[in-house]
Amino acid sequence: MSAPPSRPSTRISPWALWVPLIVFLGFLVLVIHGLSRPGSTEVESTMIGKPLPAFTLPPAAGDRPGLSTYDFADEKPRLLNIFASWCVPCAIEAPQLQALSDEGHEVVGVAIRDRREHVAAFLVKHGNPFARIGKDDVSAVQLAIGSSGVPESFVIDGTGVIRYQHIGVIRAEDLPLIREKMREARQ
Amino acid sequence: MIAELGLAALWLAAALCAMQLLAGVLAVAGKGGNLAGLVRPAAIVQGMLALFVLAALIVLFARTDLSVLLVAMNSHSAKPLIFKVAGAWGNHEGSMLLWVTVMGLAGGFVALIDRRLPERTMLATLAAQAFVSLGFYAFLLFSSNPFTRLNPPAIEGAGLNPLLQDLGLAFHPPTLYFGYVGLSVAFSFAVGALVTREVGPLFARAMRPWVLGAWIFLTLGITAGSYWAYYELGWGGWWFWDPVENASLMPWLAATALLHSVGVLASRDALRTWTVMLGVVAFSMSMIGTFLVRSGILTSVHAFAVDPERGAFILVLLAIYIGGALVLFGLNAASIAEGKRFSLVSREGALVVNNVMLSAILAVVLFGTLYPLVTEAFDTRVSVGPPYFNPVGAAFFVPMVLVLMVGPLLRWRQDRLERVGKPLGIVWTALFMTGAILLAATAWIGWLPWIGLMLAAGLAVASWLPLRGRNLRRTPLAVWGMVMAHFGLAVAVAGMASESAFSVEKLVAARAGEQVTVGPWQVQFRGIEPVAGPNWTALEANLTAAYAGSPPVAVQPQARSFWSPPQQTSEAALVTRRFGQLYAVVGEAADGDRWQLRLWWKPFVTLIWLGGVLIALGGLLSLMGRVAFDVRRAFARRRIAMRREDMGR
Amino acid sequence: MNTIKAQRIKPKHQRLVLLVIAFVVLIAAGLLAAWALRSQASYFYVPSEILADAPEPDRAVRLGGMVENGSLRTEADGVTIAFVVGDGKARVPVRFTGIVPSLFVEGSGVVAEGKMGADGTFIADNLLAKHDENYVPRELQDMDAHQARQVVSETR
Repeated sequence: MSAPPSRPSTRISPWALWVPLIVFLGFLVLVIHGLSRPGSTEVESTMIGKPLPAFTLPPAAGDRPGLSTYDFADEKPRLLNIFASWCVPCAIEAPQLQALSDEGHEVVGVAIRDRREHVAAFLVKHGNPFARIGKDDVSAVQLAIGSSGVPESFVIDGTGVIRYQHIGVIRAEDLPLIREKMREARQ
Repeated sequence: MIAELGLAALWLAAALCAMQLLAGVLAVAGKGGNLAGLVRPAAIVQGMLALFVLAALIVLFARTDLSVLLVAMNSHSAKPLIFKVAGAWGNHEGSMLLWVTVMGLAGGFVALIDRRLPERTMLATLAAQAFVSLGFYAFLLFSSNPFTRLNPPAIEGAGLNPLLQDLGLAFHPPTLYFGYVGLSVAFSFAVGALVTREVGPLFARAMRPWVLGAWIFLTLGITAGSYWAYYELGWGGWWFWDPVENASLMPWLAATALLHSVGVLASRDALRTWTVMLGVVAFSMSMIGTFLVRSGILTSVHAFAVDPERGAFILVLLAIYIGGALVLFGLNAASIAEGKRFSLVSREGALVVNNVMLSAILAVVLFGTLYPLVTEAFDTRVSVGPPYFNPVGAAFFVPMVLVLMVGPLLRWRQDRLERVGKPLGIVWTALFMTGAILLAATAWIGWLPWIGLMLAAGLAVASWLPLRGRNLRRTPLAVWGMVMAHFGLAVAVAGMASESAFSVEKLVAARAGEQVTVGPWQVQFRGIEPVAGPNWTALEANLTAAYAGSPPVAVQPQARSFWSPPQQTSEAALVTRRFGQLYAVVGEAADGDRWQLRLWWKPFVTLIWLGGVLIALGGLLSLMGRVAFDVRRAFARRRIAMRREDMGR
Repeated sequence: MNTIKAQRIKPKHQRLVLLVIAFVVLIAAGLLAAWALRSQASYFYVPSEILADAPEPDRAVRLGGMVENGSLRTEADGVTIAFVVGDGKARVPVRFTGIVPSLFVEGSGVVAEGKMGADGTFIADNLLAKHDENYVPRELQDMDAHQARQVVSETR
């Protein structure tokens, strides 16, 4: 049973009741503003338009040569993929990289903080779309190029300038965008 | 097969939830007809179905079914079984499923057991519960499906992160989750009561066990999390005011205020509006906390798998639930009749002060946690840490504890301070004597630690005073619970203040054979040895530590390297003596034959977590007392009713 | 029963009194918080900023940048290190006593928490290495453009 009605009560001033809601709306505004800042893959990377930092990396797997800045200066755009054998999402994007390679785009890789045997095993398991693979044991090139995780991919044009940064897995739905960026890099 | 079954059951549970909501809303609006009879069964079956779905996911993880994407990304065939099982909820999708399951089970349980509330209010409560669950079902089904298949299946899983293979860490999320979800039940009760304008003792008594239960879990979860961070991170600290930590503390503060408020409403029919408001705020804090942690919006040392998209979804849910509840509050709260009067010097008055102070501390923590967001809007980057939280929090914590010392001794409704003069005198004596002893016996330890130790001493004495003059064998369990919880707070504060005041640290680069003195400990460094484990290698420092002449103990901190995935951790070594701990960490080699060692002696530090456990224990005693009381009363009623029937024949 | 000298609050006012008390305390909390935040929040600087606009001597701040190659030195006590943090435009010497985090290497990013000393050296009491499994600061992402040049010039 409900509590018996009490004597005529003082009504709480209506304005007081709405204060919590107003404070909450303020919180929402603050947070929406915070959420709307960069963080997703559509971010305009600060590296776009900048040339690749100079680097030379030894080969990471027996049958592919290593990677250096000079390999990018031949008028041909490339997709530079940062990966590692211990990175599961990299395995998930392997079919997409293979598709790009089969279509005639050149894909090169940078294997970070990895061992040769593990990289080799990864390539056997998931296929090898890379024309060259550099071994970056301390993530020096990864950091210099503005990458902060794996996998990340960069479209580099024929003069060694970074034209696009894709953070995270390249899913099948991302392929048209990547192809578009590679096309733009030809100009 | 199991994955598909699980997904089907999830859809079914979501459908039942929608039905529960629809039938409930219609029934409350008076248009239901017979639909009202559907609501309780829907809640019960929905809960059981959700449990089935969770069980399905756990089975998939236990079997390491790598054809399921979630298992492939978060598990590994070499993991011990217990961590495989814990891995089921140790990821985003699994944890959302856990949330939904606990909510469903709680709702089902309420539907099954509660007979106190007026029927219409119960229906409104179940409808509110369904409304909240439905959002999470939608999240799961449309954006975070745990049962997505991976084709072709992975050869091996990727989830062998060693940092996560720790019992404490495996069970820390569910503990907190039971807390958050328990608060969602309180939220549903508050919304149900607001909608039907039935805010009174019945509502409070129905809600109280859920608030108590949730609060106990939150207390344990926070205590465990703090201890885990202390020994795992190797920094010697036990609380960093990190956004993720604050995300669990804020609901706890609100829940503590709610706990006290609901008790007053249940027994004295006062603080009606406060209780409803706090019911909404407590759950809001758990949702805001969840949002802050998963959206990546704040930088934190705890790197969760953050995703702004997921953050946005939670934000939308948050806006709907909290915004809706606050609108409802604005519209309906004015018509809540005022509860019984009381004077300022009374038990109720003390509890009002308690609530207001807790709310102030909550506001302080919330502002501090959100401030970096505010400054980012002006393109300035800041971080907020102990220099802000400690003094500003203390500014409201100190008055709160002072009132806490006298509050439980006051009578309800009206009292005079003179009446409690003698017991208070004992408390003040303990407090000032402690202060004086500290000033005389040690070097100046700083304002906050000094005040903290005095408060701890006073509260430790004051918490037992309510038992004065009682027949201890007939004292209700709930009173013992209160005593234990308040005493636990005193113990925890004593631990925190001691750790600040009396910790001794030594940072040295030592050669094998050298000895280091840390407080009362003589630590001898014997050397470094390489050791190996199942998936790691480490450099282990071999130390022997002797406490003030007693036989030496081996202390072996490690600098450990895992190779898959590559990670380095520092494994601290701890030795506990009389509530204090010797904490040893080994660093790197310093020029050839010397090694970096960092040693702390932290007297009374374990009191921090012991206090936390005592607080939770106090809550448990209270809960048991209340439940036992209600069960006894229900049986007594039934016996009386049966006897009446017999007599009427 | 003894006559209690009651403190009567007029019935009409009790709710109002409680509400006012609550608001006053919460507003006081808000003001205190705002004041304390302004004076205690730890600002984030990159080297060029900290040299151009030094913080007050006792203010806890954070300094982020790239650890200059070849600048890392361990002092005689074995537990203090000195290194230089740069952002492509300026360099600041840093001193830290303690056990360094495992991913702290030359040529990679770091955030140091501490105070700017009078002699221009930053005294750090805590170091957070970028790509530490536990810490990925959003603030550092803007810096990569600057760092690239610096790292490049040092690796040659």
